[in-house]
Amino acid sequence: MRSRRKARAAAEKKPAALTLRLAVIAGLAFLHIPLLLILLYAFTTEEKSYQFPPPGLTAKWFAAVWERPDIWQAVGLSLKVAAISTVVALVLGTLASAALWRFNFFGRESVSLLLVLPIALPGIITGISLRSAFSLAEIPFSFWTIVLGHATFCVVVVYNNVIARFRRTSGSMLEASMDLGADGFQTFRHVLLPNIATALLAGGMLAFALSFDEVIVTTFTAGQQSTLPIWMLNELVRPRQRPVTNVVAVFIIAVTSLPILGAYYLTRRGEHIAGGSR
Amino acid sequence: MDIAVRFERVSRHFGEVRAVDDVSLEVRAGEFFAMLGPSGSGKTTCLRLIAGFERPSAGHIEIFGVQADRLPPFERDVNTVFQDYALFPHMNVIDNVCYGLMVRRVSRRERHGRGAEMLNLVRLEGLETRRPSQLSGGQRQRVALARALINQPKVLLLDEPLGALDLKLREEMQSELKTLQRSLGITFVFVTHDQGEALSMSDRVAVFNKGRIAQVDTPETIYARPATRFVADFVGHANIIEPASAQRLAGRAGTFALRPEKIRFAAGGAMPETGWAMTDGQVVAAQYHGSHTRYEIRLTDGLVLIAQRQNEAEPMAASADGRVRLAWRLDDMTPLGPDSEAPP
Amino acid sequence: MTALALEPMPRTSPLRRLSGVLYRHPHLLLLALLGPPILWLGVVYLGSLIALLLQSFFSIDEFSGVVNREFTLRTYGELAHPANLDIIGRTVMMAAAVTIAAAAIAFPIARYMALHATGRTKAVLYLLVMLPLWSSYLVRVYAWKLILAKEGIVTWVFDQLGLAWLLDGILAIPVIGGPSLSISYIGTFIVFVYIWLPFMILPIQAALERVPASLLEASADLGAKPRQTFRKVILPLAFPGVVAGSIFTFSLTLGDYIIPQIIGQSRIFIGQAVFIHQGTAGNIPLAAAFTVVPIVIMAIYLFGAKKLGAFDAL
Repeated sequence: MRSRRKARAAAEKKPAALTLRLAVIAGLAFLHIPLLLILLYAFTTEEKSYQFPPPGLTAKWFAAVWERPDIWQAVGLSLKVAAISTVVALVLGTLASAALWRFNFFGRESVSLLLVLPIALPGIITGISLRSAFSLAEIPFSFWTIVLGHATFCVVVVYNNVIARFRRTSGSMLEASMDLGADGFQTFRHVLLPNIATALLAGGMLAFALSFDEVIVTTFTAGQQSTLPIWMLNELVRPRQRPVTNVVAVFIIAVTSLPILGAYYLTRRGEHIAGGSR
Repeated sequence: MDIAVRFERVSRHFGEVRAVDDVSLEVRAGEFFAMLGPSGSGKTTCLRLIAGFERPSAGHIEIFGVQADRLPPFERDVNTVFQDYALFPHMNVIDNVCYGLMVRRVSRRERHGRGAEMLNLVRLEGLETRRPSQLSGGQRQRVALARALINQPKVLLLDEPLGALDLKLREEMQSELKTLQRSLGITFVFVTHDQGEALSMSDRVAVFNKGRIAQVDTPETIYARPATRFVADFVGHANIIEPASAQRLAGRAGTFALRPEKIRFAAGGAMPETGWAMTDGQVVAAQYHGSHTRYEIRLTDGLVLIAQRQNEAEPMAASADGRVRLAWRLDDMTPLGPDSEAPP
Repeated sequence: MTALALEPMPRTSPLRRLSGVLYRHPHLLLLALLGPPILWLGVVYLGSLIALLLQSFFSIDEFSGVVNREFTLRTYGELAHPANLDIIGRTVMMAAAVTIAAAAIAFPIARYMALHATGRTKAVLYLLVMLPLWSSYLVRVYAWKLILAKEGIVTWVFDQLGLAWLLDGILAIPVIGGPSLSISYIGTFIVFVYIWLPFMILPIQAALERVPASLLEASADLGAKPRQTFRKVILPLAFPGVVAGSIFTFSLTLGDYIIPQIIGQSRIFIGQAVFIHQGTAGNIPLAAAFTVVPIVIMAIYLFGAKKLGAFDAL
């Protein structure tokens, strides 16, 4: 009797105590209620303050956002920066992970440390380093200086996802392909690429979300241009039309959440989304 | 006779480790050649050197007379069946089998025609659209075989291909592989750590030990005339008779191997004939194996011999207290050379 | 056997030839793979990082405001100025407080995820923790500006509960209080905890994930009460995870300058000091010296964490 009970307990996890459940619910509420509130505030009729509860609800702010060219410009810039940074990160991250997967070379540890450094160190250090380097080298701020900064911290996101997939890929598959007459490039196209495709997609989506949302490094590398988060930061410091900001905030949540959910579903078997901080 | 693969003083070192150490070797065209040895003996590295996955640190490799040292795997007329099969998980069976033709830009129609032929050959008709993950171990093995054979390689390399299969399937595949090799006339190089597999399937066997070849010969010779103590021990069972005992028992100098089944149980009063050795001993243990029984016999000087006897109708000539008289042909004692030791 | 002859291999293709060359010279392949990322990160990133650190050994001419490019430790001497020490001390204390609070909130969630939740629940919980980690840093900071505003939901809730006096009392506490929550250290603290919380949950969960159920069984089987199992088994096993998470919360708090700028008082943190010195003040050497502070603190922290085996939980 006793042994049967023990066997069952090992098969199922024990239900948690009530206090533990309450702590979990409270913690998760703490994480998510603020985001729901932003959604609510996007519909408020109150324009001058953050009054709660909102005196009335309206959808007119969505229309107001639609007609703001400055917002559209910022969205356009953010999308362009995120897209190009993602492409650069995909190329560099894949190359780096392939090198660290296939080769054992002197300084391998240092290289993997170098890859992680841009997100391991606080963003402000990356930002001010790049800014002072630009000024030393007399490079004027431009679209490309923003991309330079973003790609730098996006590389590691792609790298982490792709190398996790590589580690689960049997090396003999590459040998089999070469053995059957495929050269290195054919092997990449027909065997390697299909096997890492979802990891690339996941890494790319996360890199995109990270770049689209980045503000700390961008403030140092952007000059006069406004990405969407920079636009938002300016609104926070000097508010003009608060509900418009709320609508933009909802938009940012949506644009960054979708790729993250997508990346999760692409890698949920066996891999956690590999990454870290910003 | 054509030489399919020639190793000329080939070494492959990984840092300090000499995985393959100064190996010279010839595999003849059309033969079934086995590389036998314990894990870490260098047999798999030799196979990978032929395939081109490794490059020799020293020495030269020729494949059908062509120097192959600098040829990448994709330019060698050699194909491999991998131990883990290495099937492409994102392709179905027919695409896996036709991969070699696809990268050679053979048209899709011709590809699938020949792919079907290959699946026929390995008796996998009807599984064209399955994924590797939907196949049993034995089926995967056949797909790997068909995939390697479709390129019509001059040499087929097999890296412990039967290791992952259960006993019955393994025996089935052994005879199938053998038949296939005969009908195709392709040179097979077969790596295994299973001595039974090596003996039963191959025309010749190379026994590997510590990165070197201890002996290359036919299975019969390897078994009957092991060249070194290692070979005698690794292939089948052997009594190793040290010089002191050899001198006393047979009046011979040197170390010898004596197979258990070569030892006869003589009648109690039998006298030694010329060309025979004879000694008395005490049975200390007996293991019944169905077709035969294996006895441990302690000689008067303390040496323990293993003797094996077919289980036939006539009873064994042992006295009640287990004392026996053993006899064997002096010719059945095989002199053993020194085992190769890696130079310091 | 088929009688079809095999086509000759396409030896002529230049890619194929290149592939052969890379086979014969694997170092070229390694160079081709590693070159671009190393050039990018090594030159662009590491280069600017080193350039910045070098500038911390320059000084600024007090009268002309021009950077004097001669080696000196004077700028580091300025760090020891009481006002600057004040900034560093305040930031480190905030980072420590944030780390402790985040660990306290994160622990039950991580414990539940690792030791109790299964299947779908677990996946959903994982997503609920991961989404805020990856998304909308600025938006999530902004959300607290709404919440903590004087007319916002927190004040409303306290009013509804008839606890307005309590809120006023909290805000009246010297140093950490202020005119409203969004202009107080309490507010800054809450937002820091909120933003970095997922960074604490995931490493603890990863550490607890490795606790085999049989170990908890064994502990219970040997007669340990739940409280004892928790203290003697779960807590020690979770500890490396807590340390790993604290690396994030500590480092991120040390370097952040947006949160205290939006929610908080006029007295600044290290990140803001860096921002001000490099921007409006134009004192790059002092800004650079300030960035060295979190780097040094984190280096010490990481060294200690490594000794505690925290990296296995990352």
